[in-house]
Amino acid sequence: MIELAHEPLNPEKVTSKIRRDTNGAVVTFLGTTRNNFQGKQVLTLEYEAYEEMALKKLGEVRAELQAEFELEDIAISHRIGTVPIGEISLVVAVASPHRKLAFEACQQAVDRIKEVVPIWKKEVYEEGSRWVACEDHEFEETDESATVHTHGD
Amino acid sequence: MDLSVRFFALYRERAGTNTHRLQLPEGATVADLTDEVRRLFPRLAPPEVKIVVAVNTDYAEPDTVLQNGDDVCLIPPVSGG
Repeated sequence: MIELAHEPLNPEKVTSKIRRDTNGAVVTFLGTTRNNFQGKQVLTLEYEAYEEMALKKLGEVRAELQAEFELEDIAISHRIGTVPIGEISLVVAVASPHRKLAFEACQQAVDRIKEVVPIWKKEVYEEGSRWVACEDHEFEETDESATVHTHGD
Repeated sequence: MDLSVRFFALYRERAGTNTHRLQLPEGATVADLTDEVRRLFPRLAPPEVKIVVAVNTDYAEPDTVLQNGDDVCLIPPVSGG
């Protein structure tokens, strides 16, 4: 099961999609929204997706891992839109006959999702906001604009 | 050819639009498209940064040749999870 959800995620429901009596292990990962970045308080997170491609890439990640790790099944649900702090933004559930492969595959799934799936998150602060992982896109300011002129009181 | 380019996240905000139509000569590549986009939107990305492009929901190389009607999207660094 692959889905992009515009409402709160229910990990139990996601896990129930892949559970079978042949499973020896089910590993579930929950990505949750954190309240700080470099000492700044994050008020909320906004997730945006290129939905057609995100669903396709999630499906590819799922298919690759199923083949590589001989999993019984894998379910991925990613939340899109505004996600308050402390809520779940990502659920990955991996079912396997054996636990070792399930742990490893679950970690791989999360790593690959973060690398290839066209989903973006913006941290919103009291003042301003930041698209995560876009540091390389900051422009170097010219000398004039970087110079702050201060005057004594 | 006539193409519609879609912008997401950081690029959407910097371009001030979701989508922009542009004309390119027949046989134009993804690299030609990013050159044109940089010309139209100079504040989209610094010159030293590569702009990643998806064509018809797959990542495309700079030498990929575009076809009329392709679904072209500009993909800023992803950060799901």
